Amino acid sequence: MQKRRERVDRGIKVRSGDVFALCSWREMLYLAGPRVLPVVAILMLPLVLGIYWQKVLLSVAVFALLAISWDLLAQTGMISLGQALFFGMGAYVTGILNHYWGLPPLLTIPVAAVFGGLICTALLLPVLRLRGIYFSMVTLILPLMLVRLVEATRIFGGTEGLTGMTSLPSRWLEIYLIVGAMLAALFGFRRLLGTDYGLVLKGIRDNDRSVINAGINIYWYKTQALWIASTIGAFAGAFMTHVYMFVGMPVFALDYSILPIAAAVVGGPGSLAGATLGAFILVPLSEVLRGVGGLRIVLYGVFLVVFIVALPEGIFHFIQRKYHQFERWVEVDT
Amino acid sequence: MLLGTIVYAFVNSMILALMAIGFNLTFGISGVANFAYGALYIFSAYATWMGLNLVGMPYPVAAAVSILLTMLAGALMYRFILLRVRGQALSEVIATFGIGLAILEIFRYLGFVGFEYNLPVFIDDSIVLAGVFIDVQRLLIVIIGSVVILGLWWFTHHTRLGLAFRGIAQDERTALTLGIDSDRIALLSVSLGAGLAALAATVIIPLGSIAPSEGYDVLIKSLAVCIIGGLGSTGGTIVASFVIGFAERFTDTYISSHWTMIVSLAAILVVLTLKPSGLFGKQKELEERI
Repeated sequence: MQKRRERVDRGIKVRSGDVFALCSWREMLYLAGPRVLPVVAILMLPLVLGIYWQKVLLSVAVFALLAISWDLLAQTGMISLGQALFFGMGAYVTGILNHYWGLPPLLTIPVAAVFGGLICTALLLPVLRLRGIYFSMVTLILPLMLVRLVEATRIFGGTEGLTGMTSLPSRWLEIYLIVGAMLAALFGFRRLLGTDYGLVLKGIRDNDRSVINAGINIYWYKTQALWIASTIGAFAGAFMTHVYMFVGMPVFALDYSILPIAAAVVGGPGSLAGATLGAFILVPLSEVLRGVGGLRIVLYGVFLVVFIVALPEGIFHFIQRKYHQFERWVEVDT
Repeated sequence: MLLGTIVYAFVNSMILALMAIGFNLTFGISGVANFAYGALYIFSAYATWMGLNLVGMPYPVAAAVSILLTMLAGALMYRFILLRVRGQALSEVIATFGIGLAILEIFRYLGFVGFEYNLPVFIDDSIVLAGVFIDVQRLLIVIIGSVVILGLWWFTHHTRLGLAFRGIAQDERTALTLGIDSDRIALLSVSLGAGLAALAATVIIPLGSIAPSEGYDVLIKSLAVCIIGGLGSTGGTIVASFVIGFAERFTDTYISSHWTMIVSLAAILVVLTLKPSGLFGKQKELEERI
């Protein structure tokens, strides 16, 4: 007698997938619970955490934003290995605006997000006509070379960087700004991926030629997706600059490229929520492991390999499946 | 001055070609972009160093052992990790990158950093060539590089295995119908690529010292050369390494050594804009660009 495992949707999932969800608290809770609870929890967190862990939450949110930006690009079929490019570009633009012209942070951050995004898009524009791993290669190369450029030309403070940035007016504004931005990006872009626009983006990943065949200019769509993703990354970089009150070569560091990828892969690519979940797991973990120093990056590397091979769907999709479906053993007719 | 620059530019080009050829070979045959390439390069250098200083093997033996070990590492990496994600370019890139990262950072963590981690030159001597002082190690790089390039050409054109390699590279499914096992060939190609990285490391590392950061540099340089030459094209790789090699050395001499890296960056962006598949990337043009 052979058996196999069968997955069946839970009754409540089927019921709440319809308009009848509005009739019952149970089904409404089933739908709203996974969305509202984390949001409320995240918004409450700063109130209960001490200053040190508030800073950790801050970098969780920053890395979650970078991971969301990575995931968005991955959904369009572009695998970036250099989120640090977006991060660093945003950081430098805001740094220059604030250091040389003394503009206030609440102005420089949005400006840096948009212009940093535009610069990154322009830099990567030549690669968009190529598919596959070219994009990964060039994104890997660019941040490392920009570091050399800053080092060589000694522009913008050279190796010492620019110091004395204006910090944000208050600690609470700081933390809620970045947490709010993360939640807005998470839910906003999740929604975007669900629309027809998102469908085109996913179509480009799955089969670009049939998207061309449908009369859609995929380069224009890829450019837009790239600009959206790099703006998110640049925002994170610009924000971090005003928190650290410093911008320099470390903004192009490998950490900012690797951790977002690891977060997205561990959490599960494709849903943005997985990327955020990954950041919430990995960043505190690396904070706890601060004592082991350089071994952290080794761990990220190992995480990447293990998850890609053993659990390619990621933690988020695993939980999601358990939530929506139950499993049972059924007999197989032989 | 000019003559010296040309000679050193030539050596520099050979170094780049030797570095990039393994990466290019693996990608050209199996389509696996081995982002652990730089890590394997450094791995073999440390393996030689350990064989030499900790085990006390003679230099040639240590070098040979480390090349074999690196080939084994490449084969194991393919067999146990890449085989499971074969054909998914995304996962392959992330998996190899993760492996490379883990290898390089573990060396850094274990404290393998410093000037004492270096390999001796093969023959400590220098000669005067057309009025230019040049050490024997650099001459050896040129000689070994040429031998490797010619050997690879002969291997892929005149041996059964080499022809099977090219068959898989040209059309995997047709090659399968002719009885060529594509998984076995891909394993061999990753392993051979790793071996070439190890060979390059053995020859080139004596000029400097071993450092984990060198691994990223090697990966970046190989990527730059392969992108400019056109991925999977051996001729393109060689031409591209000469283009970058000469450009680097001339900026170094006539402008400033800080600008060398920027030259290759600019070259990549310009080439990708003008000719997206690289200088000689004709073979798979339709698959690579859309």
